[in-house]
Amino acid sequence: MSGTRAETTGRRGTFAGLLGALRGSTTAWVGVALVAAHLLLALLAPLIAPYSPVENDPANALAGPGWEHWAGTDQYGRDVLSRVLHGGRYALAVSFGATVLAVALGTVIGCVVALRGGWLDNLVMRVMDAVLSIPPVLALLVVVTVLGAGPLVIVLAVSLVYTPAVTRVVRAAAQGVAPSDYVTAARVRGERTTSILFREVLPNIVDVVCVEFAMRASWVILLISSLSFLGFGANPPTPDWGLMVAENRTAITVVPMASLAPIIALATLVVGLNLAADGLSKAWGVDRVRKGRA
Amino acid sequence: MLSFVARRLFSALLTIALSSVLIFLALQALPGDVASQILGRDATPEAVATLREQLDLDQPAWQRYLEWVGGAVTGDLGTSLASGEPVATEVGLHLRNTLLIAVVTILVAVTLSVVLGVLAGLYRDRWPDTLISGLSLVGMSVPEFVVATLLVLALSITVPVLPAVVLDGPSASIGELLPAVWLPAAALGVAMTAYIVRMARTSVIDVMAGEFVTTATLKGLGRWRVVTRHALPSALLPTLNVIAMNVAWLVGGVVVVENVFNYPGVGSLMLQAVHNRDLPMLQAIALISAAVYVLCNLAADLGAMALNPRLRTREQVGTR
Repeated sequence: MSGTRAETTGRRGTFAGLLGALRGSTTAWVGVALVAAHLLLALLAPLIAPYSPVENDPANALAGPGWEHWAGTDQYGRDVLSRVLHGGRYALAVSFGATVLAVALGTVIGCVVALRGGWLDNLVMRVMDAVLSIPPVLALLVVVTVLGAGPLVIVLAVSLVYTPAVTRVVRAAAQGVAPSDYVTAARVRGERTTSILFREVLPNIVDVVCVEFAMRASWVILLISSLSFLGFGANPPTPDWGLMVAENRTAITVVPMASLAPIIALATLVVGLNLAADGLSKAWGVDRVRKGRA
Repeated sequence: MLSFVARRLFSALLTIALSSVLIFLALQALPGDVASQILGRDATPEAVATLREQLDLDQPAWQRYLEWVGGAVTGDLGTSLASGEPVATEVGLHLRNTLLIAVVTILVAVTLSVVLGVLAGLYRDRWPDTLISGLSLVGMSVPEFVVATLLVLALSITVPVLPAVVLDGPSASIGELLPAVWLPAAALGVAMTAYIVRMARTSVIDVMAGEFVTTATLKGLGRWRVVTRHALPSALLPTLNVIAMNVAWLVGGVVVVENVFNYPGVGSLMLQAVHNRDLPMLQAIALISAAVYVLCNLAADLGAMALNPRLRTREQVGTR
């Protein structure tokens, strides 16, 4: 992996590269389209949702799918479709916020320690290893009980929990770039580390970072929805997919759609992210499968 | 090679020690005094002071850390704030129940996924591969609580063959718990299976393209023999690592799945401890999970080294 990267100099711009990869891979294309559809629905949710996501309507509680309510209603008479649409806003905002932060932090730390090396590298990676060994769910449960379940708390906590894993991946990629001639040349020219980082190293590991982003986003969504399911994420009556499954699970024989609709939404979003990660990693030659979950 | 094993062991110990410091610091940093929380709002300052003394909260943090670690090494994890029982006893009992799920999950998931992964790899891009790869993509895209919910719908409600909720307490015998293990194990195993299938598929494809496989085929060996004797051992090697990584993920999944099925394991204990702010219990569970994670990675590295002589000389391995 590192060998081929060192040889390819003069990569195209990030966006052009992404478009090129999309054109070459149906998998990536379908994945990105699925995620884009979710983004669009989430953005338009207040306009297209037929009902309020939080308003109770006891007269119409536990209704099956029909013309009035396409996906039926839950035990409080809230429209399931509206809740699923609005739930996407919460899921996407919180998950993408956390993922962007984790990937950004991990990328900067990973690149810096790979460039500097030595004791700094050793120290940072030791600490990261120790953080990695603590189960994310436990850390998040403790943080949420102490600080409350606000979206900001969850974004910060999730990004801190996942930064070490991103750091490890990016560091490995940056180590493949660090010994190459153009980095040495930049060092010899006397350029500062930040400038080497942004102008020489980062453009050459953009593919790794992109794939990492898609993979990480899928895990973050799964983690945050599990947290909501356990009652440690969004507070009721916030429309959240994990919370909806938890609320409607007991009534699954009466109104199956109330549980199935959020499940379908969650699954299509994560499948989309996974397809995008698969397609992009294949198109760019980034080894994804070997990494497992971390 | 011995020095490599020693270095790897040392680094594992160091990581566990560092994690214990992190866990201790993080839980100490929790706002709110434990003593006044136990006694409630109406407690007199004297009572709080006495309890603080009993809990050693008046000692400096480093001293409490050393006492905790010293105790943990000798098997004494302190006393639960919620139940007053020794933490080690309670965690031990719940750990046994969780291990039961874990063993079933790992055995079933690893066997199933290696078979499926190898099949997909051998029939690359033909229908068995498309089917298996598609299913594993879905498998890794749904969270445990969704799989658990759907399993309950299918196997406890529609066709009631397995219990949806465990009614046994933590001290139930293994025989009593056994019927309750299957659904939680299945819910946990789906995502794990999906990841191992993908890994096994990729490595089978890589290995089948290798020269030694071509040589074996050209020697006139049958396809079955080529696959089982030459390709499989090399193909399964990288799978070890993914299995180790997934064991670490199981810890998180266990919390969700045990919650869904009300299963009396470490995950349920952890949720209870979080609700009760039972610090000694949380510390113990976090430390044990960290140790399990580090040991699984150690086992995977050493296992890979035992199976692949080339790894023994490469520098890269030590840095993981």
